[in-house]
Amino acid sequence: MTAVTSNVGSSHGAPGSSVVALATAEVKSWKAPIALGSFAVIAVILFALVTRAGTGISTFRLSTSQDFFPLPALQLPTRATGVVVSILLILIALAAAFLVRQSRRVPIWVIVIYAILFMFGFLAWAASGGTVPIPGLLIGTVGLATPLIFGALSGVISERVGVVNIAIEGQLLAGAFVAAIVSSITRQPVVGLLAAMVAGMLVSFVLAAFSIKYFVDQIIVGVVLNVLVQGLTSFLYSTLLSPNAQALNSPIQFPRVNIPVLSQIPIIGPVLFQQTVISYIMYVTVALVYFGLFHTKWGLRLRSSGEHPQAADTVGINVNRTRFWNVSLAGAIAGMGGAYYTLVVVGAFNKEMTNGAGFIALAAVIFGRWDPIRATMAALLFGFATNLQNVLGVIGSPVPSEFMLMLPYVVTIFAVAGLVGRVRAPAASGRPYIK
Amino acid sequence: MSDTESPGNSQALVDDPGAQPGDTVTGQDEGEAGTDSRFGGALREIVSGSAVISILAVVLAMVAGAILIALTDQTVHAASGYFFSRPADTFSAIWQAVSGAYGSLFQGSVYNFSRPDFVDGIRPLTETLSFATPLVAAGLGVAVGFRAGMFNIGGRGQMLFGAAAAGWVGFAFDLPPGIHLVLALAAGILAGALWSGLAGILKARTGAHEVIVTIMLNYVAFYLISYLLSTKGLLQAPGSNNPKSPGMYPNAIFPRLLGSQYNLTIGFLLVIAATFAVWWLLNRSSLGFRFRAVGENPNAARVAGINVKNTYVFVMLISGALIGMAGANQVQGVITTGFTSGIDAGLGFDAITVALLGRSRPWGVFWAAILFGALKAGGFTMQAVEGIPIDIILVVQSLIVLFIAAPPLIRAVFRLPQPRAKLRPKASAVQGKKAVVTK
Repeated sequence: MTAVTSNVGSSHGAPGSSVVALATAEVKSWKAPIALGSFAVIAVILFALVTRAGTGISTFRLSTSQDFFPLPALQLPTRATGVVVSILLILIALAAAFLVRQSRRVPIWVIVIYAILFMFGFLAWAASGGTVPIPGLLIGTVGLATPLIFGALSGVISERVGVVNIAIEGQLLAGAFVAAIVSSITRQPVVGLLAAMVAGMLVSFVLAAFSIKYFVDQIIVGVVLNVLVQGLTSFLYSTLLSPNAQALNSPIQFPRVNIPVLSQIPIIGPVLFQQTVISYIMYVTVALVYFGLFHTKWGLRLRSSGEHPQAADTVGINVNRTRFWNVSLAGAIAGMGGAYYTLVVVGAFNKEMTNGAGFIALAAVIFGRWDPIRATMAALLFGFATNLQNVLGVIGSPVPSEFMLMLPYVVTIFAVAGLVGRVRAPAASGRPYIK
Repeated sequence: MSDTESPGNSQALVDDPGAQPGDTVTGQDEGEAGTDSRFGGALREIVSGSAVISILAVVLAMVAGAILIALTDQTVHAASGYFFSRPADTFSAIWQAVSGAYGSLFQGSVYNFSRPDFVDGIRPLTETLSFATPLVAAGLGVAVGFRAGMFNIGGRGQMLFGAAAAGWVGFAFDLPPGIHLVLALAAGILAGALWSGLAGILKARTGAHEVIVTIMLNYVAFYLISYLLSTKGLLQAPGSNNPKSPGMYPNAIFPRLLGSQYNLTIGFLLVIAATFAVWWLLNRSSLGFRFRAVGENPNAARVAGINVKNTYVFVMLISGALIGMAGANQVQGVITTGFTSGIDAGLGFDAITVALLGRSRPWGVFWAAILFGALKAGGFTMQAVEGIPIDIILVVQSLIVLFIAAPPLIRAVFRLPQPRAKLRPKASAVQGKKAVVTK
């Protein structure tokens, strides 16, 4: 899908001419237009041609009862919306093709707009005769994405410093487990959260010790740690937690905290500012990690240890110590994500309750190209897709629920194959540094 | 891992069969070591006591498991309440708990002494081999990927597809004996290969990272198979509302190997054959040489004229085929009365640990799978007899792999002498884990 056209330099000019034009190669990647085009075809078939049962009116509810001022619900004719959206999608795909023809890249914002339009069209089509609660959809998105975001940040830090972190799943699970026990015993969710950070950190210690001190392959340690934590927590759950559920597995949960004023802004308020403390910590953490990684001395040292450890060592950075402590920090962050399960969502520990979230977080890391903000966006996308299935299940989805559940994973494959393309990990990620 | 800066790297690719004809097989995981002379550094490690390391790693993991069992045992808890007045009670309770647990682990996996005759007593061993059968196949699949530098986490999805395809051929057609069995197995292998090949093609053509793609394909496969199983006219059993397929026709079911009183099927012979085939592929065929070349250093392989992209696809096809075989074994040998979307039983992930423990060598994987099969068979007995949750097996398994991967740790714990390869400590440190090629 990549066409290379080369203009051989025009060095056959007048003899003695000192101007030599170098040969240049133009690389055209047709992946983006092809991907956009195929989705546009799907859109035309679904939204414009397939008639949905129902009243033919799709309603979008925008407000909740606590807002400053109520926004009117948006009522759109289903068929007409589908046609308009389809036409817009086709136009964007054509524009992308035009850009590639001109040897220019398709900007990422075009793809984002495309995706939002497609989703809008899909919702309008699916909700014919029904109501889509937009705030509910987005609140659930943030809720489902919170542990993924913590996990993804953990992965970003760890891989940026040069240690592949497959153990996110184990860190989340350990955090969830310890948070449940400590919060049950102390009756203080904050202590539970701190204990979860320590638990995630302990998992990281093992990862760091084995990969940095003993040079064991980092992927092996990560995979094995996941199994170890899963085995340990399940074993202890069966032997300790479930016989003493009242004493050990009934944690005090974090209450929902509404931030004054901000929480009453329509749409944004309920989505972002009527959450629990862990979510607010998450916002701060994302910002801090981004700022820290790219605008502080700490971040520079961290990244240099992951990109070129020899160079880092030469300028006096202790690579292995940097790696050890930052991997530990990553574990602590993932531990908070684990606490979110037991201290916010479920309210008790269950066997294997993270259910592969760590691997989704890992996907978000790669999808987000090892960048905290992009990884957060990717995690939000996963959360959105999962919650979309829940919401459509309520209003009566035209698509079998299995296919809706599949959607985030299919989208990821498309994105990784078509839109992200050859991603580049931090250069020394996965390799031990041996002085 | 592709370009670790170890001086021993270059010799890993030198093809010198029979360079060390005198080397004997030294241990359970190194069954292949005598023949696989390419990993010169790894071989040196083995000779300088890696078999001992492996055994000690198992011992250490079992000790850790024993500590866990003792800590969570009710009798031990009660006895430790009056530890200072009668400490002997505590120790005897610990002994009771641990010896009971490991006793039943042994009786559930090797030989049951409480049975009067040999025919009944040896039954646990055949159970061990049955549990090991899919682990060998799937472990080989993951190992082939490792050797080519690819990490196939997609075992779950590939097993689901393999099982679904084999199951479909098994219940939808009524064919003559022999043909039916082979066709169902072939369908399973093919389906696993294609599902995995998808990841290979995506990596080769678009550069999509195989780890992320195979993880995603796991979920896609799970929901796809769930949909097929819960939709009438597809895989769902007629006249039922459960997401479950009909049972297999008898002709598609693997025959029992040792008569009807044992569960061991000819699937075990198939995986032995598969182990031979993978050994030949990796060590004797030019395709296998290309796999390992790409695994060692894709850039060097490309320069040497190997088509790296095609190699990625072939690796994933073969890896998926082996894992699909494990899936077919599940429906043709283990659960023949109809399958659900949980037919993979977590084996796709167990396979990764098996491949790691076997250091990605075919016979190493084989013995590792037997060890894990034994732990699994014994674990079920332990759970039934002693009431110890089978999850303890996961702890022991993961600790074994962790310890084996870090020989210096084992040496430190048991105060073993350092190996003689002290002359080049850096290289040997890298070589130690070099045997399990990843990333």
